[in-house]
Amino acid sequence: MIGNLIGVLFDGIAYGSLLFVISIGLSVTMGLMNFVNLAHGAFAMLGGYACVVLMSRAGVPFLAALPVAFLVPAVAGIVLERTLYQRLYKATHLDQVMFSIGIVFMAVAAATWFFGPSQQPVRLPYWLRGQVHVLGLDLGAYRIFLIGVVVVITVVLHMLLVKTRFGAQVRASVENAVAAAGLGIDVNRVFGVTFALGSGLAGLGGGLGIDVLGLDHTFPLKYMVYFLLVVAIGGAGTIKGGLVAAMILGICDVAGKYYVPQIGSFIIYFLMVALMILFPAGLYGRRT
Amino acid sequence: MNDTSRSHASGENLPADRWRAIEIAFWLAALAAYFVFPTHRVLGSQILITGLFAVTLNLILGYAGIVSLGHAAFFGVGAYAAGILAVHGWGEPLSGLVVAGAAGAIVGYATSFLVVRGTDLARLMVTLGIGLMLFEGANQAAFITGGADGLSGVTMWKVLGLFSFDLTGSTAYLYSLAVLFVLFVVARRIVNSPFGLSLRGIRENVKRMPAIGSPVARRLIAIYTVSAAMAGVAGGLLAQTTQFVGLDVFGFPRSADLMIMVVLGGAGRLYGGLVGTTVFMIAHHFLSDMNPIYWQFWLGLLLVVVVLYSRGGILGALADFRDRAKSVRK
Repeated sequence: MIGNLIGVLFDGIAYGSLLFVISIGLSVTMGLMNFVNLAHGAFAMLGGYACVVLMSRAGVPFLAALPVAFLVPAVAGIVLERTLYQRLYKATHLDQVMFSIGIVFMAVAAATWFFGPSQQPVRLPYWLRGQVHVLGLDLGAYRIFLIGVVVVITVVLHMLLVKTRFGAQVRASVENAVAAAGLGIDVNRVFGVTFALGSGLAGLGGGLGIDVLGLDHTFPLKYMVYFLLVVAIGGAGTIKGGLVAAMILGICDVAGKYYVPQIGSFIIYFLMVALMILFPAGLYGRRT
Repeated sequence: MNDTSRSHASGENLPADRWRAIEIAFWLAALAAYFVFPTHRVLGSQILITGLFAVTLNLILGYAGIVSLGHAAFFGVGAYAAGILAVHGWGEPLSGLVVAGAAGAIVGYATSFLVVRGTDLARLMVTLGIGLMLFEGANQAAFITGGADGLSGVTMWKVLGLFSFDLTGSTAYLYSLAVLFVLFVVARRIVNSPFGLSLRGIRENVKRMPAIGSPVARRLIAIYTVSAAMAGVAGGLLAQTTQFVGLDVFGFPRSADLMIMVVLGGAGRLYGGLVGTTVFMIAHHFLSDMNPIYWQFWLGLLLVVVVLYSRGGILGALADFRDRAKSVRK
């Protein structure tokens, strides 16, 4: 029973880590530009497909494909940001929602056109398959790997934001973009680089997540709610908030589906409405 | 300038409530469509029902500025209320619509408190969450709703005891048109009233409205409830005219498509929802026959283009065109 509980907790944390990697870019860009971007999942999907194509058609090993899963969406992100997104920063939220839904629809249609409607397979290296025996518990090797990767990413991100000049610029722009621009920070450039970084991380998460979340053409719609939830619950613009929210979501979702499968996804939606009512600005959001 | 100050003084600065010729022409065209396209009456009734649904979303989205991704919740509640009533032996259509509207109003009022507070993002998530919860709820409560198989066995009596529903959709078309017209007149009255003006004020600047003595939360709760009630009626109409209720009445695609229709037609314009729905559904009917993937791609592209180049949708673009033509003439 206890072992069971720990197993569920462990799976929940692995799932939450994945949600965190994918959503953190959305959280930071939303905090920076106050842009409601429903199309974030499309970048994750792009990373996933980049990974699959490299592995199945070019025979690239899984670990070598992951950097490409980061790079392709990052480039796509900066191109879209410079050409389209940038023009809508001042638009109403409704316009932003409609615009990004449009992007999602096009991404879904394009994915179906190129790859068909089937689930994409991923062949993990042998050392990531199967179970690992730790302290009398059977834990999935891949999930341990996932958690490890996310810990590394979190530390790197934290260092980037806290220790570097660029990080200081990002934090200043999140706090107050007008004042930051007044101090000579090129806010425009900060927006662009952050958007690319966020899209890249989403793509990396998409690649890492093929084995856990699956990958097909409906990916951006299927998980849209989860990514938005991480941001909405955590509070836009904070890494800590996003991490806590992703863990809560991951654990509750896995635990709910394991212990009370008959009510299905009900738990997560209930949690979402309850948390949004208790914390309209998110757990760590700034109250305005 | 003089004109406006004079009308201010006499309190006549409400939007013109007189029916314009083009409006009358619009409704006559809707009636004429019944005779011109006798083979498309089923599609026509679907457009009318979705049009009514779009009008209700436009009330909260276009006028009050509440971004909702879960408006199908009320549509679905109304549909199931009317459907379940008919399955259990009361097939009188008009009272069924009243029950559907009441069900929508109750759920709308109960959830309005959650929606009026919070930012746009929070509202987006809460409305989305409520919609998804109701979807799951209807899915699990199969003993009442029929679950994933849908609610079948809806048998309707004759409308007003005279007209029975048939396969050609003739009764459905005229019945839907009549209900749409009545509720549209109500919506038109609301929008052109002082209450409607205060909603626009809230949309434009929510912080200044309390300063002129407008109770923002109460106004939003009121319009949200009214909109939910009317959406419930629209759902009830669908249940009665198709004599079937599927889980998709609660689906996210229904809410998202609806929002697209309203924005496409022109949010915050009375006829925006109706025009958007008509264009969207006719295009969908003919284009998706070719290839559903193409349809989705072009729809996405259309959305991006509308947002980037024509913020007011079709009607907004037409109004711009008219203004430009006028200024050229001057």
